[in-house]
Amino acid sequence: MLQAPGTDGRFGDFGGRFVPETLIPACHELERAFEEAWGDAVFRSELDSLLKSYAGRPSIITECHNLGTRLGLRLLLKREDLNHTGSHKINNVLGQALLAKRMGKRRLIAETGAGQHGVASATAAALLGLECKVYMGALDMERQALNVFRMRLLGAEVVAATSGSRTLKDAVNEAMRDWVASVETSYYAIGSVMGPHPYPYMVRMFQKVIGDEAFAQCRGLLGGDDPDAVVACVGGGSNAIGIFSGFVDTKARLIGVEPSGGAAVGRGVPGVVHGMRSYLMQDEFGQVQEAHSISAGLDYPGVGPEHSYLSSIGRAEYPSVTDDEVIAAFQLMAREEGIIPALECAHALAWIVREADSLRGQTVLMNLSGRGDKDVAQMMDILG
Amino acid sequence: MSPGRLEGHLRQRRDAGRKLLVPYITGGLEGWLDAIRQAAAHGADAIEVGIPFSDPVMDGPVIQAASERALRSGATPMSILDDLSRLDIEIPIAVMCYYNTVHAAGVERFASLLARAGVAAAIVPDLPLEEVDPWAAAADSAGVETVMLAAPTAPDERLPRIIARCRGFVYAVGLLGVTGERDELASTAVALASRLKAITDIPVLIGVGVSNAEQAREATNVADGVIQGASVVRRLMDGGPDQVGEYVAEVRRALDAPRG
Repeated sequence: MLQAPGTDGRFGDFGGRFVPETLIPACHELERAFEEAWGDAVFRSELDSLLKSYAGRPSIITECHNLGTRLGLRLLLKREDLNHTGSHKINNVLGQALLAKRMGKRRLIAETGAGQHGVASATAAALLGLECKVYMGALDMERQALNVFRMRLLGAEVVAATSGSRTLKDAVNEAMRDWVASVETSYYAIGSVMGPHPYPYMVRMFQKVIGDEAFAQCRGLLGGDDPDAVVACVGGGSNAIGIFSGFVDTKARLIGVEPSGGAAVGRGVPGVVHGMRSYLMQDEFGQVQEAHSISAGLDYPGVGPEHSYLSSIGRAEYPSVTDDEVIAAFQLMAREEGIIPALECAHALAWIVREADSLRGQTVLMNLSGRGDKDVAQMMDILG
Repeated sequence: MSPGRLEGHLRQRRDAGRKLLVPYITGGLEGWLDAIRQAAAHGADAIEVGIPFSDPVMDGPVIQAASERALRSGATPMSILDDLSRLDIEIPIAVMCYYNTVHAAGVERFASLLARAGVAAAIVPDLPLEEVDPWAAAADSAGVETVMLAAPTAPDERLPRIIARCRGFVYAVGLLGVTGERDELASTAVALASRLKAITDIPVLIGVGVSNAEQAREATNVADGVIQGASVVRRLMDGGPDQVGEYVAEVRRALDAPRG
C-alpha cells in the first residue's frame, strides 16, 4: 500500500509545503478538513454515491484483442475515458468540490492543461452550486478550444495565463496568485497529485478508486493473478498514481510514461516549484524550463512528489516517448480498437508498442485515463 | 543572538526616530545598479534586490514583467551577485529570491555566495516556517540574516514562532494578494503591523501593496517602515534610474514630515 506522507508532508525527500506564508494556514486547514472528511462515513457515502450515479463508476476493463494479437501480448484498458466528462479528473474534483462545500467555501479555483480538469471542475461546480474560475495557458486555450467552450457552457469563467510558456505551468502560477488573494473565501482544487501538502496525498486518495477497482477486476479476469505491468501517462501524475495505488504491493512493474519534451523524472533534477520539492526540468540556476509536448495535459516541467519518491526507491519506472510515437499510437488505437484515446493516454500506448518485444506474452494493464474527442481538431491539423 | 548588520542598522535608525524605507529593485533589469545608487542617495535605508525567477508566484504583473525582462537580457543569480559585490553604497542589501534559486545552488553554497557578495540578508517568500530550517541554519552560519514574512492570515500563536526565527526585520505582508500597486492601503496592513509591534522589538516593515508616498506614511503610523516594490520597479522600467531617485525622495519626505 502507498504510505501516507509524514507530518512534514513528504514522501521520502519529496513534497513539503513550499508556499507563501499567506497560504500556510489554508494548507493546515485543508489537511485537517480532509482527514476529518475522509474518516467520516457520511462524506464517504456522499462521494461514493456521486461517483456511482453521476460519474458512472465503476469504470469497466476492456481487453484489446486486436492490438493484443498484433503486439503479441495481452492488453487490458481501464476505461476512465468512459467517466462523465471524459476522463479520470472527475474522481478527484467531486471529492474536492464536496470538501470545499463542507469547508464553507463558495468558489472554486482550478488550473487546467488540456482542459479536462477544468471541465471536470466546472461540472462539479455546476452540480454543487459553486462559482468556478479556471486558469488555462493561452497556448492551451488555442489548441483545446473545444474544452474552453465546454467550461464556459458549464458556467465557469476561463482566464488565459499569458506569461511564460503560456501552458499548464503558467496556469498553475496564475491559480496560485488568485489563491493567495482569495484564500479566505476560495478553495483551490488542484487537478493533479502536485502542489503543497496535503494536495499530493489528498488527490491520490481521491484517485485511488481507479487502482482499487482495477485490482479487483484484474484478479477476476486473470483468475486471481495480477498483470505483469501497469502503464499510465504522467504529467503531474494523478491517473498514474491512481492506478499504481492498486498494484504497488503486487508483482506488477509500474510504468509512468512521460513526454520526451516534459520528462521531469527522466531528465529533471530535484527542485522546488508550485509548493513541492520534486523532479523538475530546470537550468543550472534553478530557472524552470518550458516543457514541449503535443499533449497539453502533459506539457508540464514538474511531476507529483510521490512519483519522484517511487522513482527514487526503484518501485516505478518513468520512460519517455516522442510526439511522433504518440501520434502513431493515437491512430493505432483508433483503427485497431475503435477507441480514440486522449493524446495523454496515447503516450502509455506508445511505450507499450515500442516495448512490445520485451513484453511478449505478458499481461499489460493500461490506464486509458481520457477520451480523445478533445484532441480531434488538433489531430486534423497535424494529420492534414 | 546579537543582531546582524541589517538588523543593527535598521534598529539604530528606527530608535533615532526615523521611519524606514526599503525600495525593491529587480536585479539585472536595465539601469538597476544606477537605480540602487539613486535610491541610496535619496533616502533609502536598505535595498531589497530581487533575483529574477521564471515562476514568481508571489508577484503581480509589474514585477513579473521586470523579472522576464531581466532574464531575457541574460541575468543570472551569479551575474547579479557579482555586480552587487562591486556596488559602492553605504546601506545594507537584502536579496529576495524564490527558494528554487537557493535550492539549485545548495543552501550552504548560496549562503556563502551571498556573504561573499556583501549581501546582508535574504528574503525567500516561498519558504515558510515549516520549511525554513535547512536554509536558516546555513544562512546563520554564513552571517546572512533571514527575513521572515508574516501574513495577515497567521493565527496569533504563529506570529511569535515566526519572529523567533526572524533576522534583520520582519516583513509584514500588507494584504492578501501578490505584489503590485493598489489604490488604497489595505486595512490588513496596519492591523498586522499592530499585532507584530505588540509582541516584538525587531523592526516591522510592511510590504506588498504599499503603492505611493501617502500610503507609506499611513503604513508607518504603526509600522517601523515600508518596502516598496512595484511602484519603484514600474518607474525604473518606464522612466529610468533618475525617476527612482525622485520617487524615493518623495516617499522620504512624506515619511519625515511631522506627524500630528
